[in-house]
Amino acid sequence: MRDVWSLYSEKVMEHFKNPRNVGEIENPDGIGHVGNPVCGDIMELYIKVNDSTITDAKFKTFGCGAAIATSSMVTEMVKGKSISEALEISNRAVAEALDGLPPVKMHCSVLAEEALKSAIEDYLAKRRGKDNASE
Amino acid sequence: MKRIYLDYAATTPTHPEVVKAMLPYFTEEFGNPSSIHSYGQEAKGAIEEARAKVADLIGARSEEIIFTSGGTEADNFAIKGAAFANESRGNHIITSSIEHHAVIESCKFLEKRGFKVTYLPEDEHGLVDPEDVRKAITGKTILISVMHANNEVGTIEPIAEISKIAKEAGIYLHTDAVQTVGHIPVDVNELGVDLLAMSAHKLYGPKGTGALYIRKGTKLVSFMHGGEQERRRRASTENVPGIVGFGRAAELAQQEIGGEVERLTYLRDKLITGLLEQIDHTRLNGHPIKRLPNNVNISVDFVEGESMLLNLDLEGICASTGSACSSQSLEPSHVLLAMGLSHEQAHGSLRFSLGKWTTEEEINRVLEVLPQVVAKLRAMSPFLKSQR
Repeated sequence: MRDVWSLYSEKVMEHFKNPRNVGEIENPDGIGHVGNPVCGDIMELYIKVNDSTITDAKFKTFGCGAAIATSSMVTEMVKGKSISEALEISNRAVAEALDGLPPVKMHCSVLAEEALKSAIEDYLAKRRGKDNASE
Repeated sequence: MKRIYLDYAATTPTHPEVVKAMLPYFTEEFGNPSSIHSYGQEAKGAIEEARAKVADLIGARSEEIIFTSGGTEADNFAIKGAAFANESRGNHIITSSIEHHAVIESCKFLEKRGFKVTYLPEDEHGLVDPEDVRKAITGKTILISVMHANNEVGTIEPIAEISKIAKEAGIYLHTDAVQTVGHIPVDVNELGVDLLAMSAHKLYGPKGTGALYIRKGTKLVSFMHGGEQERRRRASTENVPGIVGFGRAAELAQQEIGGEVERLTYLRDKLITGLLEQIDHTRLNGHPIKRLPNNVNISVDFVEGESMLLNLDLEGICASTGSACSSQSLEPSHVLLAMGLSHEQAHGSLRFSLGKWTTEEEINRVLEVLPQVVAKLRAMSPFLKSQR
């Protein structure tokens, strides 16, 4: 078995032990669903948007320690950000906020970025739908 | 925090008696067994004594034991050695899909060199069907290699039955017995094998030492060249302290095996029953009865193995998983997939392997902690919708 203490930074372990924003948002403005069972990581990210600002974010994740920690971190990072600011959040930024990830775990930060982008796209698509309907 | 080690299938602590036996061979008994003088001859004597003990543990003759650097080398030696020595008779090898990588990768290497390999399927319990072995044999088959017991799920394979088929067809049979030697009774004549790989550190001996049993008369190409050691089959100055330790570990295993099988089987079954009762949506991986006395392997639905391991580790419990979130391929255990598990189930697998120092109190602690860990992780699983 791997030595978990040398594998992950303290920050990763802290987010893994006490993940922030776990759960689902009722009537979310956007949902991102990424990953697949083959690679062993699935992330679901929910966002609530008010006036183009992300007011709340929650996640549900099936995955390893890094997948849980990056999910937790990305939900923390997006809260209070505008949609355009949130779209700027890169996987590297998530990994750096966690004081780094082992190279083999970088794909987890990619998944977190993709989950966020997918939730925002879902939000934008819904909004376009609403705009079209009101025309 | 007192740690609970339940990963004995990965490695065992070296028995204090084994360490004691080894120590003089680092210092006052430092001789090279190839030397003519008394230092050399004393070291040589120690090796031969160890060889007799290892042979005795598996019902072999001393001269049929070749010491190696471990189980992986023994498997490589058996498979490549038999393949290259018997190339003139054929180029076909039969093995199973749940072998250790030491066997699978050796076979893959040989495939690149023109050999043909059949990887037999397993049933849902990880058992190889001897009839499948019979059907796979061709006029060019020179070697069959099926492990004695699987390292991940603990299933014990029907080696004696496979041996009858191999003997009828005049084909060599190798078995990787790394998980069984010292843990359950192993007898090379009852199993009817020509080659058998073992490793010292799985039976409370030191790391870096193993052995290959080679039945007298078996044609095998030498593994290393450059000296007369190990009947010219494996050149290199012998790892004297390691070999002495292996010998002592074999001797201790022989004395303790009976009681340990009974004690560990009880603890194993208590853990299996307790986990399946206390955590819903779990399944036992491997065979319910034809199973190593120390192996518990379960799949927990909706959660991933590494995150369970990390949480267990935070509580001081050390186990292992077939999930492979940190391997380059991200593919979970080939063993679990070959047994028909889905990717989710394979990623959600946990292995607890028990050993000499495992207590009932430790098993009770796992039964107390794991349900809490699973509940915590299931609360964040996207496979389960939140209760609203």
